[in-house]
Amino acid sequence: MSREESLTERADRLELPFNEFGVDPYGISKKHIAMAASVFAVLYRNYFRVKCYGLEHVPPRGRGMLVGNHSGGYALDGAMVITSMFLEMNPPRLAQGMAEKFINRFPVASLWTSRTGQFTGLPEHALRLLEDDRLLMVFPEGARGTAKLYKERYSLVDFGSGFIRLALQTRTPIIPFAFLGGGSALPTIANLYRLGRLFGVPYIPVTPYLLPLPLPAPLEIHYGEPLTFTGSGDEDDEVIAGYVEQVKSRIAGLIEKGRTARQGRLGS
Amino acid sequence: MRVLILGIAGGIARKLATRLLDAGHEVMGLDVRPWSSAPQGIEFHRVDVRKRAAEDIFRRRRPQAVVHMATITALTMRGGERGRINLDGTKAVFDHCRDYGVKQVLFVGRHTFYGAAPDSPLYHNEDEPPRALEKVPELADLVAADLYAATALWRMPDITAAVLRVCYTLGAPGTGTLAGFLRGRRVPQVLGYDPLFQVMQEEDVVTAIHLALEKRVRGIFNVAGPPPVPFSIIIRETGRTPVPLPEFLLARLLGRAGFPRLSRGALSHIKYPIVVDAQRFREATGFRYAFDEGRILRTFRESAPLPGPEL
Repeated sequence: MSREESLTERADRLELPFNEFGVDPYGISKKHIAMAASVFAVLYRNYFRVKCYGLEHVPPRGRGMLVGNHSGGYALDGAMVITSMFLEMNPPRLAQGMAEKFINRFPVASLWTSRTGQFTGLPEHALRLLEDDRLLMVFPEGARGTAKLYKERYSLVDFGSGFIRLALQTRTPIIPFAFLGGGSALPTIANLYRLGRLFGVPYIPVTPYLLPLPLPAPLEIHYGEPLTFTGSGDEDDEVIAGYVEQVKSRIAGLIEKGRTARQGRLGS
Repeated sequence: MRVLILGIAGGIARKLATRLLDAGHEVMGLDVRPWSSAPQGIEFHRVDVRKRAAEDIFRRRRPQAVVHMATITALTMRGGERGRINLDGTKAVFDHCRDYGVKQVLFVGRHTFYGAAPDSPLYHNEDEPPRALEKVPELADLVAADLYAATALWRMPDITAAVLRVCYTLGAPGTGTLAGFLRGRRVPQVLGYDPLFQVMQEEDVVTAIHLALEKRVRGIFNVAGPPPVPFSIIIRETGRTPVPLPEFLLARLLGRAGFPRLSRGALSHIKYPIVVDAQRFREATGFRYAFDEGRILRTFRESAPLPGPEL
């Protein structure tokens, strides 16, 4: 059986309400998912040789929020997390990211993000998807997180707090994850903000070899035990900040643990 | 119930009139357009809703319910006249309803109220404001008419008023904005974009309006049928050929080379989706669509064959 066939079959096994045209009520298309997966599976398996740990913590169905750190100069981390859910989970799951607003303005990017369920990061989208028992992928560091330089690759910048309010409101378990290696795959030494603005993007990352293309560095994703908070989502900011801090420290712990194990394995 | 339909010569309005007549209602209607084949039992007046003759019909015939469908979309008429029909006409309708004891009014508006913008939520609910109006100024008078109609909810508390924001319709034979866009053999798309479109069979729209009347709904409601599908699927499944072109080129070709007419601003409507959440309407009326998306597209394909030989 060819790899393409097996990816198409995996797309068939996604537990989403596809209609006779293979499209779900959000416009997510089986055909487009299988096509995107055929590219990302090669990157995942052969180029970055992604290793995934703790998959048992991700619920096989029902609502969930994957919350992790940004690693690497652009959304490579998100693409690999989505690919891990598609290739490693049984049945496969579609992780739906909350994309930066600028992405939907661009031709082609608009089409592919729409057909693969990677919608603009609006609270309305997150709320609706969670209430529909989807799996959301959130990077609370936002664009500040992808802008981390190589030397800051294991650090975490400030987290937004909207994801905690949404999790409380929708009674969604948070599955923390650590993403390791993105900083080495895309070693950013500087970000060009002015040039980025000219192209309508937040910034353009610069690597020692100038082009913002990723190196074949091994990547790792460590999923941790789910965190469940109870509340209404209307709590005071201080309460929410406490929950955010708990998630952040859990992710920092996963990064540290993964980093130690990785150093042992890679000898660096 | 004595029902007056404004804009009764339109495709959906004709079907609504017939449906209401069959359901035992007394049906009358007015339109500036002719309707020579109006079935017996439907009282048709060829008058402009803004003219004195229209007011006379309110005065003499005293309708209990009014369905206002006499508004015009951006594509069929340009300029100030459209604005006058949509706004002055809507004002006249509500004034007459107030003055002549009408109990219930339905304003049949469009889901394009919400506008198509890259940073809008995919599903719009009724509490959202209109967006991206600056992109399509031709829609401003319809949006204003919709908002104006909604003021009846507090200005005329004795009248049961409702604004229905209905998604694109397709029928056999198809009329309306989307059917017009799909008329040709080749249908243009903006390269790199493929927005979701919500389509509803004309018969289902008629059912929805009929239910809104019978359930006497009050408020603002989105009306939609089956889940949305990408524009490319609509084009292909209706037997047309999608022609994706870069935006700058498409903007120059619209209305030429066999391509449909569309204002440059309205290109945003084939770049970004306008999809509505119709849950509130379903809960208020119990509406369920009879035609799913596949059946709607197949029916349109069969009833609207491709024009002329392939070039």
